[in-house]
Amino acid sequence: MSFVRPKRGVLVVAASLSAVLLAAACGGSGGSSSGSGGSGSGSAAAVDLTKQGPTEYWAGKDTSGNLAKLISQFNAQHPQGKVTFHELPDNADQQQQQMIQATTTKNPNMGVISMDVVWTAQFAANGYVVALPKDQFPTDKFLPATVSSATYFNKLYGYPASSDGGLLYYRKDLLQKAGISDPPTTWSQLMQDCDKIKAQAGNASLGCYAGQFQKYEGLTVNFAEAVNGAGAVIVGEDGKPNVNTDQAKQGWSQIVSMYQKGYIPKAAITWQEEQGRQAFQSGQLIFLRNWPYVYALASKDDGSSKIVGKFGVAPLPGLNGPGVSSLGGHNMAIAANAANKGTAADFIKFMTSEQTMKSNVLATSAAPTLTSLYTDSDITKKYPYMPILLKSIETAKPRPKAVDYTDVTLAIEDAGYSTLQGQQQVDQAFSTLQTKLQGLIK
Amino acid sequence: MATATAVSKPSTATGDGHKRKKNAFSDGQGRLAWMLLAPTLLVIFVMAGIPVVMSIRESFFANDNAPDPTTGLIKQGESFVGIKNFAQIFTSTDVVQGNWGTMNRFWNAFLNTSMITIVCVVIETVLGVAMALIMSKAFRGRGFVRAGILVPWAIPTIVSALMWKLIFDANGVMNKILGQQILWLSDTFSSFWAIVIADSWKTAPFIGLLTLAGLQTIPAEVYEAAKVDGASAIQQFTQITLPMVKPTLVVAVLFRTLDTLRMFDLPYGMIGPGKYRVETLSVFAYQETQATRFGSAAAYSMVLFIYVLLVAYLFVRVLGADVIGEKAPKKKKVKKNDRNDTQAAPVSGIELAGGAH
Repeated sequence: MSFVRPKRGVLVVAASLSAVLLAAACGGSGGSSSGSGGSGSGSAAAVDLTKQGPTEYWAGKDTSGNLAKLISQFNAQHPQGKVTFHELPDNADQQQQQMIQATTTKNPNMGVISMDVVWTAQFAANGYVVALPKDQFPTDKFLPATVSSATYFNKLYGYPASSDGGLLYYRKDLLQKAGISDPPTTWSQLMQDCDKIKAQAGNASLGCYAGQFQKYEGLTVNFAEAVNGAGAVIVGEDGKPNVNTDQAKQGWSQIVSMYQKGYIPKAAITWQEEQGRQAFQSGQLIFLRNWPYVYALASKDDGSSKIVGKFGVAPLPGLNGPGVSSLGGHNMAIAANAANKGTAADFIKFMTSEQTMKSNVLATSAAPTLTSLYTDSDITKKYPYMPILLKSIETAKPRPKAVDYTDVTLAIEDAGYSTLQGQQQVDQAFSTLQTKLQGLIK
Repeated sequence: MATATAVSKPSTATGDGHKRKKNAFSDGQGRLAWMLLAPTLLVIFVMAGIPVVMSIRESFFANDNAPDPTTGLIKQGESFVGIKNFAQIFTSTDVVQGNWGTMNRFWNAFLNTSMITIVCVVIETVLGVAMALIMSKAFRGRGFVRAGILVPWAIPTIVSALMWKLIFDANGVMNKILGQQILWLSDTFSSFWAIVIADSWKTAPFIGLLTLAGLQTIPAEVYEAAKVDGASAIQQFTQITLPMVKPTLVVAVLFRTLDTLRMFDLPYGMIGPGKYRVETLSVFAYQETQATRFGSAAAYSMVLFIYVLLVAYLFVRVLGADVIGEKAPKKKKVKKNDRNDTQAAPVSGIELAGGAH
């Protein structure tokens, strides 16, 4: 029998088969997604929001199970076009990626998407979502900060569905024992309170303060709060980066020096929301900056929390006065390629109605976007922190709006993390950041 | 044409006097081979071939992503930019601070990839050979040890990344054992070692397994003879075991090297994106796609692709990695169609499988 021997060259190719597969894996998304550009949607012409029919709602995990209930409620009232839930992963990056993929492959089923507040600029500028007409989507009942988070170049691209603001969690019992009546409003007060508490017997090993200082989106949130809380900005009202100012540097230097002096535990630069919550819940921290979701978990009396009834919430502290929170939350938007935009619009209106939002807030503890719900007695009874959260969101500042938000947030994280780790001086980091942002935000 | 070959083949098959199945397709020639390989080739073509070509094309394009100053909208589409994406590797001013000083982000990722590969593969080879030596010994509970050593290899990388993330946590097991607080999961040189440790743990068994297969082909007589001659254990290892296991070991190391060069899951899953001390080329390229710069992402992937190809080529050329078992037959120098000649030369696996029957 004949057996053709492979040549050397063939061998090399065979040996590097895994290399081929690698390049395929890396390049796959590149090839498919950019080739199909030019959808041309999101143009100035008004979009037709009448067509009814089945459509899908794309959002992250429905952890409470309430969304399924709301959708079947909507479908019962709305036989001309039904909505099905398309569940996305928990991770925000993956949600974003799947939405972009569905847009570039022109998936007509993706009708309504749950858009993170920081994606607005990118999604609007690329025409992934359509502008919502003001007459059909009035914004006067919503908190202004949430509306501004869905606005891009004076056009509304999403309808505020949920909001989020940072809160300062503090150990009420420890503060009282140390004779401190009110939670701190500035960083220096916070440090003084810590000194007093730690001077008491048995408290020496407690950590003073933690936020989200691991290198990820949470660091951008905390960085922006430190800068905004000092009366400075990262990107000014005119849309121009203006971060290399003395005030901004003072705001962040405060955090850096708190870390260097040990007011922020060493390990805290590897903590995200959950690690901080666990440290606080197990009684190792006096102050914690976190989102409202911690409240319910830290109040659980199933033994998971050691501080049930021993903690309180306050607005965030600032450099010389009350702090400023970064704004979180999601807006509901209509995908540009959706076949049945009428149903999508109806579904958004349904989901943001007072009644639906109230049921959702009660089930999930998500912060409402309708001003009226913050004074609703059922809600304030279940979530006593609502008035404080309202204050936090009312004064909250959105993170920089940028089409290239991925790059912007990385530039901010670079500056924040390198200074926390002591690899760079604040002055140097801020001037680099300013240069980078000027290149990214035009 | 099809009928012509179908008719002609059986006649040649019966012609050589052997008893053969009268299957029109199994003529032992290329035709059946092609048919059997066709599904695989099709899958490779669709899953790898087309995307590679598209990536190559993409690497010469860039998005037009300057927003319109009045509407803020971006004109969709992309344009040909020639080698700009590749030139960017040298001209980019995006400098980062990494393990190897302050440099361009691409070169930082390139150095990380290379250093992680070198360090990991060396450690894995040493550990792997040690594991193979243990696994090949006959002792009580050998099956248990073999299975135990293979467990890390069976765990999906992303799962082990998350597992090691817990171990390397500031309050995790590793710090408890070491008795000090090392911030593995921040962005320091210790993060680099965290990757090395986790990767070695996971893939040393792979080298161990392949080496074990190699060890088992060494006849016991060779060792017996060595013992009679009074060779020490070390001499046996360096003079017999290593040279005889070398062909297998080189292939194992080659596979590990190629695999480690494209490492993604561990740095991304365990340490996280944007950590320049562990950012590999794969992670960097992925980050570029996240920022919708598909052109430069494709270009960086291409560079990695060529790098991997080059390393594979060097392995085959310099170390003589015998990937598909061509060596044994070559030494034989048997003429084709000359199988009647009964030589006592060793026969490779492929030959055995494909031999006349």
